[in-house]
Amino acid sequence: MIFLRRQLPLLITMITGLLFAGQYYVPHPASEQLLTSATKWLQIVGGFALVLGVTSLFHQHAAKIRRKEEGWGYSLVLYAGMLGTIAVGLWANGKESVEGAATAFGWVYSYMLVPLQGTMFAILAFFIASAAYRSFRARSREAAVLLIAAVIVMMGRVPLGEYLIPLSGDVSQWILNVLNASVRRAILIGVSLGAVALSFKIIFGVERSYLGGGKE
Amino acid sequence: MDATVFGAWVATGLTLCIFTFLYKDNPLFKLAEHLYVGVSVGYTIVKAYDTVIVHLIVKPIFEQGEIALLIPVAIGMLMLTRYVPKAAWLSRYAFAFIVGVGSGLAIPRTISSFILRQIEDTVRPLLSMAGGDGVTFSMNLLNPSSSINVIIILIGVISVLFYFFFSIEHSGPGKIVARTGVIFLMIAFGAAFGYTVMARMSLLIGRLTDLIEFSDASYGRPTLWLLMVTIGVLIVLSRRSQRKPPQES
Repeated sequence: MIFLRRQLPLLITMITGLLFAGQYYVPHPASEQLLTSATKWLQIVGGFALVLGVTSLFHQHAAKIRRKEEGWGYSLVLYAGMLGTIAVGLWANGKESVEGAATAFGWVYSYMLVPLQGTMFAILAFFIASAAYRSFRARSREAAVLLIAAVIVMMGRVPLGEYLIPLSGDVSQWILNVLNASVRRAILIGVSLGAVALSFKIIFGVERSYLGGGKE
Repeated sequence: MDATVFGAWVATGLTLCIFTFLYKDNPLFKLAEHLYVGVSVGYTIVKAYDTVIVHLIVKPIFEQGEIALLIPVAIGMLMLTRYVPKAAWLSRYAFAFIVGVGSGLAIPRTISSFILRQIEDTVRPLLSMAGGDGVTFSMNLLNPSSSINVIIILIGVISVLFYFFFSIEHSGPGKIVARTGVIFLMIAFGAAFGYTVMARMSLLIGRLTDLIEFSDASYGRPTLWLLMVTIGVLIVLSRRSQRKPPQES
């Protein structure tokens, strides 16, 4: 039983891992076909992972309503929003528009989802500004450098900034294309080295946390 | 009522409900927040259903006879055994498949695109050929591929990588390199911060533009009416909370 519960999953990981790592080095139509199929398979299996996530959300709010916990009415609103969107979405076959005319699902997207999402992220502008006021006071040399770079980039992104400081646009571009790019490149190299090491650990069964705990 | 006009009223109401959070956390914001979660989850479910169930499973199996697709369906179904404690271990096969394929695909592609390619772009010739005159050293800062910028990028990449390399003590010349790395990091964080702020400002301008548009008479001036209603509700809620006796802890 321990073979089925613990060793077989590790074997599946190892075989699939080595197979798809090797696939990259085989320039043959069959190899390309294997990659296309695997990508499709991953999308299908990933779809079932969504079921897990949604069920968890469903359970959490159902328990809140059942126990009449504080704010349970908001859980009802969440349910109404979710079920309503699913209903109109299925009714419209998942299409926002048909022959140029917006469906009910398209209406939900344009007049509910877009304003809600846009405003939710837009109010972050105020909180970022207040956080910046509290943390951006140039207490050290590093903080001063961060502050100056942020101000230059912000000025360089708007016409008023370029009008007040004519060079800010060019300097902003230089910071983004050269200084920022070099740091991003270094971080990307570091992260990638870590990702490759982790992938090897997973394939060879050193890292097993993805299998979860529980009985062997 | 026309769907567009009704949509304008709904969009304006939801926008104003979210903006009330700038005053303080209140029921109007919570209502819009929960509605946002519900609608986005519903939207994701419908899109996943359309993409995965309809276009990747049902149509290929029933219209093109791709029976092999039943294998990933079965693997996916194994994930749902998480809800049956005695059979939960079966879900490991699904995770093993996803993680195995993901790791296998990641190794060569990450090495090629994110390590070798990035190193190749960093270590470039400092001098460039300029026609028959021989080699030149370009000092144009505005051109990211100029010689001076190639040197700056090289210094930035090496110093930042060195800053995160803890196997050698950062002392002596190493300290200078690590300090240079910190300066580069701070500039990048500042730039990322500034860029994010401006992106958020752009979203804010978009929302305010919509509110201005929806204050037009052709929509029935929802911005003005709903702004008054929102302020009124906030005043009532504020008075109610003032009257409420403080709860004993």
